[in-house]
Amino acid sequence: MTNSIDEIAGADFILAIGTNTTETHPVIALQVKKAVRQGAKLAVIDPRVTKLAELADYHLQLNPGTDCALLNGLANVIIAEELWDKDFVAHRTEDFASFRQWVSGYTPQYVERVTGIPADVIYKLAREYAGAENAAILYTMGLTQHISGTANVHAVANLAMLCGQVGKKHSGVNPLRGQNNVQGACDMGALPDVLTGYQKVTSDEVRAKFARAWKVDTLPASAGLTVGEMMAGTQKGCIKAMYIVGENPVLSDANAGDVKEALQKLDFLVVQDIFLTETARLADVVLPAASFAEKEGTFTNTERRVQKVRKAIAPMGRARADWEIICLLAGAMGYTMNYQSPAEIMDEIASLTPSYGGISHARLEKGSLQWPCPNKDHPGTPVLHKEKFVRGRGKFHRAEYIPPQELPDQEYPLLLCTGRRLYHYHTGTMTLRTGALEKYYPGEYLDVNPIDARKWKLTPGCRVRVISRRGEVELVVRITDTIPPGMVFTSFHFPEVPINNLTNPAQDPIAKIPELKVCSVRLELL
Amino acid sequence: MSTITLTINGQQVTVPAGSTILKAAEKLGVFIPTLCHHPQLTAVASCRICVVEVTFKGRKKLVPACMTGAQDGMEVETESAAVVESRRTILELLLANHPQDCLTCGQNGDCRLQDYAFRYNVPGAGFSGERHAYKIEDDNPFIIRDMNKCILCGRCVRMCAEIQGDGVIDFAHRGFNTKISTAMDLPLSKSECVFCGNCAAVCPVGALQEKGLRSSARTWEVKKVKTICPYCGTGCSIELNVKDGRVVGVTSCDGEVNGPALCVKGRFGYGFIHHPDRLTTPLIKKNGRFVEASWEETISLVAEKLTGIKNDHGPDALAVLSSARCTNEENYLLQKFTRAVLGTNNIDHCARL
Ligand code: SF4
Ligand code: SF4
Repeated sequence: MTNSIDEIAGADFILAIGTNTTETHPVIALQVKKAVRQGAKLAVIDPRVTKLAELADYHLQLNPGTDCALLNGLANVIIAEELWDKDFVAHRTEDFASFRQWVSGYTPQYVERVTGIPADVIYKLAREYAGAENAAILYTMGLTQHISGTANVHAVANLAMLCGQVGKKHSGVNPLRGQNNVQGACDMGALPDVLTGYQKVTSDEVRAKFARAWKVDTLPASAGLTVGEMMAGTQKGCIKAMYIVGENPVLSDANAGDVKEALQKLDFLVVQDIFLTETARLADVVLPAASFAEKEGTFTNTERRVQKVRKAIAPMGRARADWEIICLLAGAMGYTMNYQSPAEIMDEIASLTPSYGGISHARLEKGSLQWPCPNKDHPGTPVLHKEKFVRGRGKFHRAEYIPPQELPDQEYPLLLCTGRRLYHYHTGTMTLRTGALEKYYPGEYLDVNPIDARKWKLTPGCRVRVISRRGEVELVVRITDTIPPGMVFTSFHFPEVPINNLTNPAQDPIAKIPELKVCSVRLELL
Repeated sequence: MSTITLTINGQQVTVPAGSTILKAAEKLGVFIPTLCHHPQLTAVASCRICVVEVTFKGRKKLVPACMTGAQDGMEVETESAAVVESRRTILELLLANHPQDCLTCGQNGDCRLQDYAFRYNVPGAGFSGERHAYKIEDDNPFIIRDMNKCILCGRCVRMCAEIQGDGVIDFAHRGFNTKISTAMDLPLSKSECVFCGNCAAVCPVGALQEKGLRSSARTWEVKKVKTICPYCGTGCSIELNVKDGRVVGVTSCDGEVNGPALCVKGRFGYGFIHHPDRLTTPLIKKNGRFVEASWEETISLVAEKLTGIKNDHGPDALAVLSSARCTNEENYLLQKFTRAVLGTNNIDHCARL
């Protein structure tokens, strides 16, 4: 997030795109609801009628996967009607001239045809967004899990820059991250192309710095493989062994059937986790890890806030904290990792990572810090890009609309969208074992619109087989008009409903995010 | 900023203009009991337990401290005879219609009614009269709702409306029959309730209790450890309630991100920690079956295999998936291990999913 969670309530206009916030980030949704109570306008862009959509002044139930066209349409109107922030664009951005030119093709009439949103709504929304004092944009996977994910994100940034809605309070471009430390995992360089703090592995200088600190002669210089590429590499036989820590790709990845097959091809698979997950079952060796309650450390939340995780109990049985296991393994492979505590590891992180430079466990004991926090006297940074963007000027990126890769046709006439439920989390490994959440929400449904229910002769509670080009699952039908006609929806929380056997692994070419939000399916009544 | 100076129990105190008497007393560390008041919710001054005796411009009267603005030259007595008398009457009225089952109540030890009854020596019902006989609502796995214990302070109503923003519950009926109720008086499980439990967190008595927590430990037996929720990326602060080395519940504290609020996962989703399915020993697959192994054996096997594959096929034949649920320190070490020890940049995590 460019801004902080508590600033959302102070916005006068909130544009929420592809985020079912009340279920996926319930406590952030409290800020949105508060803003609405205080009179802010809320616009929700989502094909489904979410709780947030019910609260909204504008609910744009667009055709799935057409967000980019809609956002460009808004920018088009704002430019055509001279509503943009000329001062901000002149002083803080670049490539406006070309932006103006290519975005001119996104007339409200064209956008109406693509998105299904009436042109007059596009005009109205564009004027409201441009006229707002402080407008905040929120988005999640509904925007990014598309083959056009990167273009979608650029289109959002373009819109915010056009109206000068970045770099000040109560505004900004705010992706809400799904998992508790996904921000931190990225910051720490658990990515194939960057080390900590997004320092490029391809930079000689960066590698030299890390090699010196880590006391090794060289570090690999070319970017590694992403998850999707690893699985493909495994299929082809180039990847021989994998070490998977705390992830369950057999359920979470697109076209999960292939993932399982790929992992079975490995010569050697090590899985480190707190439960024997569907992925761990395939392993040659399973290492028992400590849960969050059993270790010290830090998590970084979606607003870049680094917070202290504290040990409350001892690890179960002979389980050990992940950091201790990694140290053991490194030692056995002839490389000494000798840390007394996670606090010591954080000191090393701070010494190598400018944005975490001022962060230490001792400081965090007194309160959290939002990065960038470059030195030990720096108070942290609640709002990013205040005086300038990290790269200097904000660039208007070309973000052309591309339709989803697989759309309904005669053979597979319905569009399947996947997401999350309030009572569950990710692949259900934790939430299905709480003694409470799974009692209240014990099984999954396929949400179907009444019109489609009539068409396919479905009754509430009947069982159907959902079939895509890649796989099939069985589900119980729930009939609800929160889903638009032509779409069906379910979650990926339940192992007995491995919905990602059906989803489309087609990826966004840059961010490599699979198109989990759109694929086509047909139903068979059981 | 303009300020106000007043006297509380003979001590002078200066506070910003607009402060209440309660705020001024807090600044001095002077205790004033409260039931309906909560610092993050609007003040309603309905319970009157916070009455204090104020002498101002020559006139003396009892006023609620939570809602009365401090004024220059005010003289406040927080425990005068009239104040104590008034508080005792309020407590007697509340206790007259309150089940006296403190021995088995899950809230025992963390109950304001109990604390104030002790402080003002109100042993039990001074009045005897009609009592409620509401059915206890425990058909959901999260919250037990016992309206017989409700003192109608309305904190839960304001919490649900003002912080949770859902307005699921409200006052219904009048007089003796006044009750906190959902629309149509349905159980929470049949209402729009999302089981955030934020109402239970602010209930000053035992009317709304966290089901798991309050049935597994006495309130004084738990040690609270402040940490961060293991679920979504919001990063709410939670307190793990620990008894005998087991996490028996979660409570909210004043988190930097979330204040007093949590969602159903953060507050009630802790049971996995002690689930019998937890892995407790390293496992090695032999002839298609997992067998328990020692750390030494397992680690040397993994080291040997990874080294062997690296030597035979090069470092890029190895790949590592890190976790968005591990700590920063662990993610850092894992990428360091991948790059410095395995010698490849093949590391990623499921951020994209
Ligand atoms: S649990 Fe949450 S939603 Fe339900 S009544 Fe209480 S505050 Fe309202
Ligand atoms: S309590 Fe709920 S909103 Fe807060 S971090 Fe946990 S899952 Fe997210």
